[in-house]
Amino acid sequence: MTLSISLTVNGERRDVPLEDPRATLLDVLRERIGLTGTKKGCDRGQCGACTVLVDGRRINSCLALAVSHDGAEVTTIEGLAQGDELHPVQAAFVECDGFQCGYCTPGQIMSAVGLIAEGGADDPEHIREGMSGNICRCAAYPGITAAVQDAQKRMAAEERKSA
Amino acid sequence: MPDTLNPTAGHVKLGSNSGQPMSRRDGIAKVTGAATYAADNRPDGLLYAVYAGAGIARGRVTSLNVGAAKAHPGVVEVMTPENRPPLALDPDEKHHFFAWRIEALQNDTVRYAGQPIAVVIAETLEAATEGARLLAPTYDEEPARIGFDGGEAYDPPTVGIGGNPTFEKGDAEAAEARSAKVVETKIATPMQYHNAMEPHAIVAQWDGDKLTIDTPNQAIVMARGGFAAYFGIPPENVTLRSPFLGGGFGSKAILVGPQLLCILAAKLTGRPVKLTLRRDQMYGPVQHRGATRQTVTLGTDGDNRLTMIKHHSVATTSSFDEFIEGAANASQNTYATPVLKSSHGAVRQDTGTPGPMRAPGEATGSAALEVAMDRMAEKAGMDPLEFRLLNYAETDPASGKEYSSKNLRECYAEGAKRFGWAGRPLAPGMMKDEHGRLKGWGMGTAMFPAPMFQAQARAVLKADGTAVLETAGADMGQGAWTALAQIAADGVGLPADKVEFLSGTSDQPDGGVAGGSGHTATAGSALFAAGSDAVAKLAEIAMKDPDSPVFGADNAGVEAREGRLVRLDDESRSDSYADILARAGLSEIEGNGTGARNPADAEARAMFSHGAVFAEVLIDPDLYQIRVSRLVGAFAAGRIINPKLAASQLNGGMIWGVGFALHEEGIHDPRTGRPVNGDLAGYHVPVNADVPCVETLLIDEEDHFVNALGVKGVGEMGISGTVGAIANAVWHATGKRVTSFPIHISALL
Ligand code: FES
Ligand code: FES
Repeated sequence: MTLSISLTVNGERRDVPLEDPRATLLDVLRERIGLTGTKKGCDRGQCGACTVLVDGRRINSCLALAVSHDGAEVTTIEGLAQGDELHPVQAAFVECDGFQCGYCTPGQIMSAVGLIAEGGADDPEHIREGMSGNICRCAAYPGITAAVQDAQKRMAAEERKSA
Repeated sequence: MPDTLNPTAGHVKLGSNSGQPMSRRDGIAKVTGAATYAADNRPDGLLYAVYAGAGIARGRVTSLNVGAAKAHPGVVEVMTPENRPPLALDPDEKHHFFAWRIEALQNDTVRYAGQPIAVVIAETLEAATEGARLLAPTYDEEPARIGFDGGEAYDPPTVGIGGNPTFEKGDAEAAEARSAKVVETKIATPMQYHNAMEPHAIVAQWDGDKLTIDTPNQAIVMARGGFAAYFGIPPENVTLRSPFLGGGFGSKAILVGPQLLCILAAKLTGRPVKLTLRRDQMYGPVQHRGATRQTVTLGTDGDNRLTMIKHHSVATTSSFDEFIEGAANASQNTYATPVLKSSHGAVRQDTGTPGPMRAPGEATGSAALEVAMDRMAEKAGMDPLEFRLLNYAETDPASGKEYSSKNLRECYAEGAKRFGWAGRPLAPGMMKDEHGRLKGWGMGTAMFPAPMFQAQARAVLKADGTAVLETAGADMGQGAWTALAQIAADGVGLPADKVEFLSGTSDQPDGGVAGGSGHTATAGSALFAAGSDAVAKLAEIAMKDPDSPVFGADNAGVEAREGRLVRLDDESRSDSYADILARAGLSEIEGNGTGARNPADAEARAMFSHGAVFAEVLIDPDLYQIRVSRLVGAFAAGRIINPKLAASQLNGGMIWGVGFALHEEGIHDPRTGRPVNGDLAGYHVPVNADVPCVETLLIDEEDHFVNALGVKGVGEMGISGTVGAIANAVWHATGKRVTSFPIHISALL
């Protein structure tokens, strides 16, 4: 049985021949498309390492069957920066040391981008709550919270400027 | 080649890089997804391996439905003890002090739940996963022996890595009898699992008798030799690449069975193979922290000075190998006492073998010691901090040696000030927050040895005024890519952006082990020495060259600064590296260096990092839910190479302390031996909302003995004072003394 799906990943259309309906969106991104920035920490929705944006919303891509997202618009960590210019959340993570080993980081950053878009990053307590689906075993949480807060402020200021 | 720098020459002034809070040099790669971890490698023709884990904890595998697995579309091969290619070493033997006995399908015996019993290799991960399920093993099962009561007790010959299981200074029994006050404290700690966010992973490819492996590893060159030995090939035939580890915490330092299985699978199929552990497979073959049951007995005299510390710990290990959490040894070096006794027992159970997990021994042992100290302070009617200051160790209690440096007093003072410790009521149950929650303040002393191991490094100064420095170091998040590069740049006297730092693969000089909180000190010393060696060679050329502005300056007369050699007697006269090389007609110049401790200093001094941790907890008066609302840690660890990264390490360590105190607990079903909570939903680690306020203060400390750089280490210390501080804060809020970790709500009711 060969199925085929098409995804728009980071603005680029991808037709993915799937020989197997069991493949998750995470494994399709990593093993078939070759976008390995998105990480697998648990494969069962418990850690957030695999967080990507699907149609603008953050999801655990390990819990998503690829076939059920045919036609979706997916943003991964590889799609955030504009050329050499980091997304404000990425820049803030570097500046605030919001990571150590970096393994949870793509998921943290995608989750933060999603959280800011949800309007849930307005104060540190909301950030901590809203980021608690993303485990960091290195426990870079103080840096993560600071980074999200910092990025949210920068992005809000940018928005005001352009409005 | 200079050995390590001459430490008696006094404190070496490093250049412009060390001490700067530089952002991580690997930061952009990590925030853009470009950093490649082992499982991100996808060589052409890649196959996926999934192993089936034993569903029993003890017995034999009697059948596997290999046919069903092989018949599944996409499955290429099934590897069992029947067809597993040979190994050159017996995996049931211990080949050196840093090698564990491992499971590599040597036979049908099952020694713990989750042990690999067969490997399915397929064209896709999905097919391999399904194939492994189809194996449907049957067993001849024997009853599992789990826990202190179910296992077999014995006296361990060593604790930790080759440590002494007993230590005695003075007569503990006599001291106890003479003491004015005696307090005995019993503490139990559970099995804990490292749970690095990156599950153990490996991609293996053979090319004839050459092997290339991508796998996260904390001791790259040593591991290369280990893998080579198992396959009977020379170490040079193995290339091990480990540029980034997604966390290690001790679990990626020692070779584990699944790594060998992947390499064997690649051999069997003749194709590259990737094997990544599922999260539930992280609760078996890749080590854990053994459970402990500890008793700490403290005695004091009429002035509340310690007369004795007696610490006994029993720890769990596996039925077939040994790693004993050296918890009782953690009492040997913290508080002044004339009499000391530490001893260990062990219990064999049907689990995987434990291993070093962040602060092995210190984390568990200091948790018990700090609770014991708090109870003694209570009995003395003293403030816990005052009691600790009264029993401050001016020399190392175990050896009687002077410390190489110890700025703990300052840590206590600065930490207490920042936390606002003054005015803390002595009695428990006196404080509430504005929501009526019970509030408590506790503290603990953090302490960790400052070891050095062995490392080598190479430095190459180039004609264009840049340099390349390399060592096979390991960055598991502690920041080696950055901190080692800073030291390397200072070694060659260049700004960090003029230095290319190479690390993380086995063809580089041996960077030693990233463990024991000694990597920066060891690999850093090697890099600094290599840089100095290259600069010294350059200086020799320049000073003999009549065309050089530094001609005639003697050896001590020039200093390397920002890519130039500057005459110290006349700073207006200097020569650039590029010019020196150009005049000499050289395209580059190489230096080599070693990092290791000066044996005379090691013999003469006790070397430790220290800190003080202060914790506030808030406890719901009805539900007894515990929140750690504030943590302040003040730490002195010699020269801090990068304060930004060091603070992250120490914050992370303290948050591990939160996990230890409140969350982490590996539970095995006593009937089946299987992990009950073997995933991240069941095995809790702190999440962001668990740690609202964590703060590290770095206290200045100069150390002239640990190494010429004055560097100790910060990787593990943060956990050591924190667990006790939280437990003591819980007592201060509720009046209930903690007897086991994690602290369950039920213990407070
Ligand atoms: S890998 Fe998807 S939540 Fe953990
Ligand atoms: S940075 Fe290592 S797990 Fe988050």
